Amino acid sequence: MGPLSTTAFVIIGAVKVIVIFTLWLLAVAGVTLAERKVAAWIQDRSGPNRVGPWGVLQPIADGLKNFVKEETRPADSSRLLFMLAPMMSMFPAFVVFAVIPIAAPLTTPWGTVNIIIADLPVGFLFILALASLGVYGLVLGGWASNSKYPFLGGVRASAQMISYEVALGLSLVPILMLSGNVSLPEIVSQQQETLWFVLPLMVGYLFFTVAYFAETNRPPFDMPEAESELVYGFHTEYSAMKFAIFMMAEYSNMIVASALMATFFFGGWDIPFWVGDNMRVAAGGVVVGAAPAWWITLLTAASFALKTGFFVLLFIWVRWTIPRFRYDQVMSLGWKVMIPALIAYIVVLGVAMLLLEASGVQVDTTYMLWLTGLNLIGVLVIIFWLDRKRVIVGSGWKQFRPQETR
Amino acid sequence: MAIGVKTVERPEGGASYLRATLKGMALTFKHLVTPITVSQQYPEEKWELAPRMRGTHRMAVHEDGRAKCVACGLCPTICPANCIKLIPAEDENGERYAAVYEIDEFRCIFCGYCQEVCPVEAIHLGVHYEAAEFSRERFVYDLERLCDQDHAFTQLWDPEDPLSE
Repeated sequence: MGPLSTTAFVIIGAVKVIVIFTLWLLAVAGVTLAERKVAAWIQDRSGPNRVGPWGVLQPIADGLKNFVKEETRPADSSRLLFMLAPMMSMFPAFVVFAVIPIAAPLTTPWGTVNIIIADLPVGFLFILALASLGVYGLVLGGWASNSKYPFLGGVRASAQMISYEVALGLSLVPILMLSGNVSLPEIVSQQQETLWFVLPLMVGYLFFTVAYFAETNRPPFDMPEAESELVYGFHTEYSAMKFAIFMMAEYSNMIVASALMATFFFGGWDIPFWVGDNMRVAAGGVVVGAAPAWWITLLTAASFALKTGFFVLLFIWVRWTIPRFRYDQVMSLGWKVMIPALIAYIVVLGVAMLLLEASGVQVDTTYMLWLTGLNLIGVLVIIFWLDRKRVIVGSGWKQFRPQETR
Repeated sequence: MAIGVKTVERPEGGASYLRATLKGMALTFKHLVTPITVSQQYPEEKWELAPRMRGTHRMAVHEDGRAKCVACGLCPTICPANCIKLIPAEDENGERYAAVYEIDEFRCIFCGYCQEVCPVEAIHLGVHYEAAEFSRERFVYDLERLCDQDHAFTQLWDPEDPLSE
């Protein structure tokens, strides 16, 4: 099977865009429902259960409600920017998905199709660039509202997202070092051939998770919205569909974050312990490795969806567990903890990789296992450093309660 | 701490937020997988109301459908919220009846004095709380409406034990 002809490329590309975009919008709707359901279950409630069986049609009802509600705009707000802000917020959140590989390549009568909308050579740099654009929506929304709390929310959003973008970028450097590539399909295929990067880059994964939680403005880092402090921050003044678009952007970002965690660290669409799906599209549309088949594509897509769903659940679970940070804590975590720790981690990892290469270990599973050992030590160091003496002593707050604290 | 944040001195070996976080996650996960809900599916499931619950009024009626009220005027007199409007009249037999009898349920404080004072056990509070309406005017219950209510009468005391002994 050779490469696609230009016509086939355009048509198949359009089909991929439509199919993936539709599925993704459905996923966003599903996640809004999942958030409410999981929140309810965690709090021993039932959650939405009126619209359709188990409330599955709730997102449609929400959407309809938002379409027919009154749109309000504060007096003296900047009309253009006020309209632009939700768009600026949604656009990057939805475009990022184009570079994430979703399933194993598929052979069609017209050639081999990569199940990814755009296999950009810049790979995850594109994601970082667009994730940075996302902050414009928040800042513009806060600024254009001509209102105190949204403005504070916008200011917080800009400071927080810029801080955590540095950490986010740094936490992806280890991936770049290990895979030597920014292309996401390439990263996935390397994980298939060796180990999932969560093992050799465990510390990087932890930092990536924290940084992306902050980047998506999800609790415990939801400083820009902070309903108890800023009355929902940057989208206080938004109503109806504009508000819904902000929400869609947030949930979309959450799915992107989950998909990226799955892709970077958990093998993307790889099915673990099975070599039948270890394939990749080499130059000229030739599939290297296992033979592609439509059922492998479906299975791998399911695997990808499962992993992404797990991380979405993690996002929701964390949101309904952990209270919000204080703003200065967010900032000091970003600048004083994450960035220095990540730089140190990159240095240590680089030295380890150089040493391994100098001692003649090939970049294969053994190499990865060595790095895994190193990372386990790193994780232990981080736990001990965060917890200082308490790991051994125990949480033991109670025993100090009667006298010492009064 | 240039912006004047107060740093609280924690005791050595004190609170571990890593453990607290993990404990919290475990707790929420336990609740997530435990299939219990404390929600009540309201319109389908309702509270079992106590017989002494004091809700919106109801007028007792004779078997022929006339209100039992004899327009003695005790209830508007005793009403602390002044929410009962009564205009008495006499029929051709010389019996008093209420020409106008209105209770403003917005003003009412549901103390139950009207029921207690009524010499003919005509006006009662009811075991009823779903009083929502689309306009404020509808909250002034007239005599016809009071007679039409069909919820249970409130028991101001237990008939078996009138002195709560």
